[in-house]
Amino acid sequence: MIEAHELTKDFDGFRAVDTVTLDVPAGSVLAVLGPNGAGKTTTVRMLTSILQPTSGWAKVAGYDVATHPEAVRANVGVLTEQHGLYERMKAIEYLDFFGQVYHLPASVRRQRAYELMERFGLTFALSKQLGEYSKGMKQKLALVRAMLHDPPVLLLDEPTSAMDPQSAKLVRDAIIELQRDKRTFLITTHNLAEAQVLADRIAIIRGGRIIANGRFEELARQFVGEPIVELKVQGELNGLVHDIEDLVQVEESGINWLRYRVAEPSITNPILVRRLVELGVELIALSPTTQTLEDIYLQVVKEDEMNGGAAHEHLH
Amino acid sequence: MGAQRMNTSTNPEVMPASAYLSGNQSRASSGRMLNNALIITRREVRDSLRDWRIMGPIIILTLLFPLLAQFVAGQFSTFLQGFGAEVIGGRTIPFLLMIVGFFPISISLVIALETFVGEKERRSLEPLLSTPLSNTELYVGKTLSAILPPLVASFIGMSIYLFGLFNSVETAWRPPAALVIQIFLLTTVQGLVMITGAVVVSSQTTSTRAANLLASFIIIPITMLIWIESAIMFLAPDAESPNGIGSLWAIIIGMGVVVALLLRVGNSIFNREELLGRTLDKIDIKGFFRGVWSRVLAVDDQGTKASNIFVWYRRSIPLSLRNLGFAVPITTLFFILAVVGGYIFGMIGSYQLRLPEGLSLQDAAQYVDAGLLFTGNAVFEVLMQNWRILALATLFGVFTFGSMAFVLTPTVYFIIGYLASQLLLSGYSPTFLIPALLTHGIIEIPVIIIATAAALKLGAVVTRPPRGKTVGQAWSAAFSDTVKLWLGILLPGLLLAAIIEVYITPAVVAAFLSAP
Repeated sequence: MIEAHELTKDFDGFRAVDTVTLDVPAGSVLAVLGPNGAGKTTTVRMLTSILQPTSGWAKVAGYDVATHPEAVRANVGVLTEQHGLYERMKAIEYLDFFGQVYHLPASVRRQRAYELMERFGLTFALSKQLGEYSKGMKQKLALVRAMLHDPPVLLLDEPTSAMDPQSAKLVRDAIIELQRDKRTFLITTHNLAEAQVLADRIAIIRGGRIIANGRFEELARQFVGEPIVELKVQGELNGLVHDIEDLVQVEESGINWLRYRVAEPSITNPILVRRLVELGVELIALSPTTQTLEDIYLQVVKEDEMNGGAAHEHLH
Repeated sequence: MGAQRMNTSTNPEVMPASAYLSGNQSRASSGRMLNNALIITRREVRDSLRDWRIMGPIIILTLLFPLLAQFVAGQFSTFLQGFGAEVIGGRTIPFLLMIVGFFPISISLVIALETFVGEKERRSLEPLLSTPLSNTELYVGKTLSAILPPLVASFIGMSIYLFGLFNSVETAWRPPAALVIQIFLLTTVQGLVMITGAVVVSSQTTSTRAANLLASFIIIPITMLIWIESAIMFLAPDAESPNGIGSLWAIIIGMGVVVALLLRVGNSIFNREELLGRTLDKIDIKGFFRGVWSRVLAVDDQGTKASNIFVWYRRSIPLSLRNLGFAVPITTLFFILAVVGGYIFGMIGSYQLRLPEGLSLQDAAQYVDAGLLFTGNAVFEVLMQNWRILALATLFGVFTFGSMAFVLTPTVYFIIGYLASQLLLSGYSPTFLIPALLTHGIIEIPVIIIATAAALKLGAVVTRPPRGKTVGQAWSAAFSDTVKLWLGILLPGLLLAAIIEVYITPAVVAAFLSAP
């Protein structure tokens, strides 16, 4: 549904996006992570046909962003970095205006506006001027605007920023529900926990380049290694590390605990438990430590920094 | 609330994406374009109507100022009647009508700057740019929204003034209907010039503050124009003609052309790339000239530097000549038309010179041969004269989208055509003009054509930058070509032509004239 091949954008000698290649199938969510100025917004703007790529190509909903910009924009809903509402308008007028722009008939405009406003808990504010909206309400209304014409592709820039936890959950639920209905999402965010929950695939962009791209498990394995399991025993370890080193690779240990890395926990762990029983060790707990997207992200960025890939490329 | 499931089915009533397919082919008709533009216009006008900063001045200027102007007109007429100067009082009436119309229309500049730059500043433009509306629809919609409220206010204000005037017992003088129509038209084109100019200004800035500063480039010429129009209304010999004032018609037509050109420039500039790509109000004169110089030296579009002057002449100069494109044949055609036009003009009885007849051209040859035509540092003077004309043509071209590049240089050819006709009419053979012009003209004429074509291109390129280039990039490339052609062809060509014109042409002409 979203395909990009070596997408590149230069601005006056500055390369903002550098040969970005993406593939987001229908009904999936891609989270694009990266520091400020990494090229996320420029990538989204190219995928919305607002900016023309300097080189490379991209197709959104089957339309080429360079040759069919209006068809692309008709098929995407965009939540921009700045929600940019018209503060002197009322919410219902605002949505009606965008509904007209997308050529929705009057009855459909009204119906969609009410449905979505109700979905995001904003019905009470339909006739309020947008200048009176709180930051979170504005963000939700901007999201309603993006979904108003029921597009097959949604490009969301920080969809839950400025929202309270309850509102953020509402938005996450809406994304999951729409995803089930085969809507495709590209979400740029700094909220790693949210990205981990929502995304089927994760792309990390830095200095305009994609430096990591894959499913969470793939990235975890590639960048932070095999899962780590923590073992806790009654009393002291007393040479236990040595006794099990033929089974697992112990990463670190304390007085009564140790952590080991294991490639196939379902095979190795039962053998390990049997060994502990044979050795007469009293086991208190055997639990996997959690790998987070934050661990992966920090590791990816660290490796990229070590490879000298941070600096933006200046053209000659 | 949260449990309610959204209706996510694709709605068949929504316009299908295929309707937006393939920009030019299936892009909607102009009717649909206007409908889409009007969606923007309605929203923007409603927004303006809710803004007291805009509506306050408009209401005051629309309702109160006409009454004040009407009072002034009455008092002024009564006062001047005492001195027998009714005509001055009378001519103040259309002047005040123009001012009554101009004040509300001046608000359009504020609205335009607010509509374009203000929206950029508030970051509310991007959601709009993310919709399927085309650049032209956005541009037309916003332009209409900036012009309509002030224009309506202006027309209402002028109507109030006229209503008061026609019901006044103090002022007996009534402006001719054509003059009233002219003032309504002038108000409209002035408003359009300000709006379209404001779009150009706003596209070059990212803040209302900067746009307001740059707006003086619009306000000052318009103010000067108002002075000129006022003077015309007072002084024109045809001020009370039932057909209106001739020079005001000329101004209306001229302004109409400027509006058309500015609309074209605005439409080129008002595109998503320019609006979002430009994020800084940065002046980098050094960088600009560095870029120009590297393109002057380049032998290709990639910026490969010429290794020596021969390579530069062989590859770089032809590249810039090719870049002039249609400007060269258009200029050539214009020059031919100027010669023909001059000849036809000379055939019109009232414009004929009536040269003395029966003179001997052979006698004239001795004066030519004696070098009377040139004294002192003639080469330098000829060079400077030609340089001045071509430099002015370039300058005019830059500030008039290329159109005024055709004012100075073709005039010379018009005069040549005219002279040829006068010689013929007086019984002389104009054939001596051929050696007189072509001896140095072999070099000078192509130089003038190239200079004029470059001026045309330099001015016109902003109205339609090549695909994939911003207005700034396109202008900068055309400027580089112009500099290159001046250095490589025009200045050396002018110098050579001046030397021939001073030292060889007189001898050739003298020889031609003295031939039996």
